[in-house]
Amino acid sequence: MSARRSARTGPLDAFRRRYGAGPLHLLSLLACFALAGYVVDHMVHARHGLRILVWFGGAVVAHDLLLWPLYTLVDRAAVRTLRRHPDRLPVVPWINHLRVPVILSAVWLAVSAPLVLRHSQATYHTATGLTENVYLGRWLLLTAAAFAISAVLFALRLGRARRVGSSKV
Amino acid sequence: MSPEGAGGEPGNDPADEHPDVAADDAGEEVAAAPPERGPADAAVDDDAGEERLRPPSPAPSRRIPGAARLIGLAGLDRPGRGPFDPRRWRSPVRGPWLTSVFGSVLLVGIPLEFITGLLSYAAYNPRLAGNDPTHERGLLGFWLFNWFTGPTWLFRLTQGIHVALGLALVPIVLAKLWSVIPNLFAWPPLRSMAQMLERLSLLLLVGGAVFELTTGILNINYDYGFQFSFYKGHYLGAWAFMAGFTIHATMRIGRMRAALRSRRLRDELRTPLAATVAEAPSADGLVPVSPAAPTISRRGVLALVGGTSLSVVVLTVGQTLGGPFRRLALLAPRGQSYGSGPNDFQVNRTAVAAGVSRRALDEGWRLVLHGPDGRPVASLSRSELLGMTQTTEDLPIACVEGWSTVQRWSGVRLPDLARLAGVARPAGARVESLEPHGAYSRVELSGDQVRASRSLLALRVNGVDLSLDHGYPARLILPAAPGVHCTKWVSAISFAAEAR
Repeated sequence: MSARRSARTGPLDAFRRRYGAGPLHLLSLLACFALAGYVVDHMVHARHGLRILVWFGGAVVAHDLLLWPLYTLVDRAAVRTLRRHPDRLPVVPWINHLRVPVILSAVWLAVSAPLVLRHSQATYHTATGLTENVYLGRWLLLTAAAFAISAVLFALRLGRARRVGSSKV
Repeated sequence: MSPEGAGGEPGNDPADEHPDVAADDAGEEVAAAPPERGPADAAVDDDAGEERLRPPSPAPSRRIPGAARLIGLAGLDRPGRGPFDPRRWRSPVRGPWLTSVFGSVLLVGIPLEFITGLLSYAAYNPRLAGNDPTHERGLLGFWLFNWFTGPTWLFRLTQGIHVALGLALVPIVLAKLWSVIPNLFAWPPLRSMAQMLERLSLLLLVGGAVFELTTGILNINYDYGFQFSFYKGHYLGAWAFMAGFTIHATMRIGRMRAALRSRRLRDELRTPLAATVAEAPSADGLVPVSPAAPTISRRGVLALVGGTSLSVVVLTVGQTLGGPFRRLALLAPRGQSYGSGPNDFQVNRTAVAAGVSRRALDEGWRLVLHGPDGRPVASLSRSELLGMTQTTEDLPIACVEGWSTVQRWSGVRLPDLARLAGVARPAGARVESLEPHGAYSRVELSGDQVRASRSLLALRVNGVDLSLDHGYPARLILPAAPGVHCTKWVSAISFAAEAR
């Protein structure tokens, strides 16, 4: 693909020019797709196999076109909203004191959502004999702890910044 | 977890506010573009302006001959807009080095997930008729082998790693995807045949990663809302994922190593927010053309992602370690305690749910042993079983969902029962439960499992009779096997003929 090679004119270079990479690139990708094709063939012939395919494809859409745009817009909205009033902004950097607990809480929810939202209550009870009722409270308390710790750290930094600021004056 | 705080002054330039891309306010972003690149709004620009904006790479028409007209019609020869405009990507911490740090973690983590996943599948001994939970493996089971019967903690370890590591990788995968998301909006979207195929393989990679993590998380949390067989989906999905992963890893490993060498981790860990600048420009399209002021340092990103990953492990791994650590597993499905009595440990499938309560408590219960010809050769009451030589073993119940618990079991050795049935060295056995239905109401054991000296038909646990939920009157407990193979409420064992 490099410029040095494309200056030459062998059959290999003609291939590279037309295809955009070397033959090894093509061979490996074809092997990859053949294996994937075998798997897909098994999926579609399996019971509820189309659902597997839909979930597999849906996973890409869910991340790239829903989750990523959503968290990006939320982050930008947070940054922008609070910067609209620069005079009221605190003197120490603050955005990550918001980001960190939000991200922690969101990931904790992501790995335990069925428990926290009691979405699998029936099957959970069948398996364990217990209920999922404790998990919402646990997640909320953990979230509260994350925000509280972040707030305390921020307060400490604010205090230090004020002291440093006033001693300079 | 040391957030670096927002950086830069809340300046007058509105574009400084946006560390990242957004599709809703092209005007603001464009104002920050370097003047020599020309105005971005092609709608009000003339042709010359568009020409200047064209990316330096060869035009698509030269790569795919005869397609120029089509490309022109589709607008692919015009500069990208919105997220397709490279200047809209402004995060100063994005770059090949950061991506490669996440990539190198995944380069170790994903194969480990695949291997422990394959081992988990092998642990079911799916080659024995009736044991295969996927039913659809086809040639993808070519590598299978007879599962081990020791060390006793083997499945506990491999499956504990599979689940804990899988959860730990959630923030890493998300961070990795965040770090390369500009490439999703590369412009023009198709530069060559090679690039098109490579992008197609990314469907397998991204779809596979998100699919495997999602189905895994739902399954350990008893959420079967996906309405297909978890084993089948997770197993077949893993192979599709690995097809994409292998290709991606081999094609990028060289660039990853070069990028890792481009900066020193030690220096990055010493670089505060104020000194954080974008990486050197590269061909990857990850380093922003016009970086915004940083709001987080590179070490801040690493601390955030690594710390989040660690927090997930701390809040869940107690369900695998058991004992006092279970109390820490606040967000794990098996992070609840049953109490402190001898039978107060994790239950999988209650007697009520299995519909066995009445028959399990029936005084007339008998364990029926069948010989290789299928005829019953012995029928034993619980007191007769208790009259046989009793053995006590510390063995784990280790579930495919990642949790485990070690208990002290007492009962009759399976080899002793086999001898009673007239088979000294059986080639296998089928164990049946009182449970009328359910995927694990019966199990096929390998010869190794039946002959293992630690395989027990347990009658008691921790010095008392088994509780109904733990399999009274008798349950199987096997060394190194998945928990669901430790059949509860056993009613019959059929031994196969002598092993050759």
